[in-house]
Amino acid sequence: MTNAIVAEGLVKKYGTVKALDGLSLAVPEGTVLGLLGPNGAGKTTTVRVLTTLLRPDAGRAVVAGYDVVRDAKRLRSHIGASGQYAAVDDHLTGAENLEMVGRLYHLGTRRSKQRARELLERFDLTEAADRPVRGYSGGMRRRIDLAGALVADPPVLFLDEPTTGLDPRARASLWDIIGELVQGGTTVLLTTQYLEEADRLADRIAVVDHGRVIAQGTADELKDQVGGDRVELTLTSAADLETVRRGLAALATGEPQIDRTALRITIPVANGAASLTTALGYLAAERVAVRDAGLRRPTLDDVFLALTGHEADENTTTTKEKVA
Amino acid sequence: MNALQMALADGITITKRNALKIRRAPDLLGGVVMLPIIFVLLFAYVFGSMIDLPGISYKEYLLPGIFVQTIVTSAQITGYTLTQDLQKGIFDRFRTLPMAPSAVLTGQTISDLLMNMASIVIMGLVGLLVGWRINSSPGEALLGFLLLVLFAYAFSWVTATVALALRTPEVFNNIATLVSLPMVFLSNAFVDSSRLPGPLQAVAEWNPVSTFVQATRELFGNTNPAMPVPAAWPLQHAVTASLLWSALLLVVFVPLATRLYKRAVSA
Repeated sequence: MTNAIVAEGLVKKYGTVKALDGLSLAVPEGTVLGLLGPNGAGKTTTVRVLTTLLRPDAGRAVVAGYDVVRDAKRLRSHIGASGQYAAVDDHLTGAENLEMVGRLYHLGTRRSKQRARELLERFDLTEAADRPVRGYSGGMRRRIDLAGALVADPPVLFLDEPTTGLDPRARASLWDIIGELVQGGTTVLLTTQYLEEADRLADRIAVVDHGRVIAQGTADELKDQVGGDRVELTLTSAADLETVRRGLAALATGEPQIDRTALRITIPVANGAASLTTALGYLAAERVAVRDAGLRRPTLDDVFLALTGHEADENTTTTKEKVA
Repeated sequence: MNALQMALADGITITKRNALKIRRAPDLLGGVVMLPIIFVLLFAYVFGSMIDLPGISYKEYLLPGIFVQTIVTSAQITGYTLTQDLQKGIFDRFRTLPMAPSAVLTGQTISDLLMNMASIVIMGLVGLLVGWRINSSPGEALLGFLLLVLFAYAFSWVTATVALALRTPEVFNNIATLVSLPMVFLSNAFVDSSRLPGPLQAVAEWNPVSTFVQATRELFGNTNPAMPVPAAWPLQHAVTASLLWSALLLVVFVPLATRLYKRAVSA
């Protein structure tokens, strides 16, 4: 299988800050790679390099067979990009926005209009087609922005945090649309802070931290790296957390996590069901009050913690990554 | 499609986009229609009733000044719109498209030029209503309007350059007002510069705004022998000096704005 996207050793520095520090990745044709990482990890910078917006200081990247630096001009006809900050004109209607993009792809006036109508229908925006985008909801804006990326039917698509800031329903509807695109054979590179989103949409996931890919694999492979199940106990008193940690130390296959605000202790265990029974027996014997107890598979949050030593949202700030 | 055709076609597409925006944005439209009318009426009646000039009505003397002043103010829309677009993702979208990069700035300046032409027409009509007259030949008058249009286009590139250097709409607005107010008032636009105190007079006579105002007055026939033209070279040769200024602004600021645009969007 050929790779639609290849990046090798990408470096991008802003002053002394390395936004990309030797980032490499490969996305086979027709698959989805999820680029997962916290704010400031280098996800947006990667997308900006791969979509020709930014020249890397070192390293090379080839997208759809074109070098992103040398063949930037020709590459642009073969990619679509939809960003974190919907790149649409507020004062233009949905239809006018898409027609403008079509004309800038040099499709011609007639074809641009026709393509705009097709996309509006497909994205369930026909009713809003002739209203200025200013009045659109957050979800509609993302849909029109994504539609803009699809005007020229590009074989490779870049989606930079496509659902950040959307409510769950709008997110689910966008996921369905992206899912359909992928079934149609489009290669997608998707960045996200949502572990659930990467799990749901991506064939493979690359975990990015400090401008480098620190782990790659399918969601299941990554979860396996972190080991087996977790016993998760929510208590009623913070004082009990320490007692339980010590009391159940024998069960743990790794370092238990304690969340003092949520009064929750999460213990990695080898033998799921049996461990949960043991834990509950211990709590009953010690008369520790429990609000909730359960067994769960490791999530990508656990993966992130295991790989980086910090939680995925630990660095989350309001600073936009592109400003960095 | 060759590079030139592409630049042209894309420039037209962006011009249309901006024209649509102007039509739908009430604040911009208000600036284009209301501002010139208010300027003409305010100055004609407030100052017009206070200021007496030898041999010429103040309204006739004033209108060319108002034309140039409005152009200086309206040209700031170019810069303001660019800073607003910079803060959104729209330039990123443009740059991932196979379009001519030059189209963004040419489209912006051309759509603003169309807007400026509209406001010049409105001002002219309001001016005629309040008593301004063109006393020159039709050819000279046409030249007068063309000169204003040229100035408007060249000055758009100046504000574009400033905007792309400053990048935020608020900062741009503050700086633009701070610079444009003295530029317009330290000139012969509203008052006879020869009556200003020494140093201010020198500034006013060499101020490019004065050059354009003087040239416009000459081409519309709004001058009078009772008010001799100051000896400063750009006022003695106002039309030539205006053309030179326009050429100079374009030669300096078109490449500068283009370079700053590239830098602003590739960060």
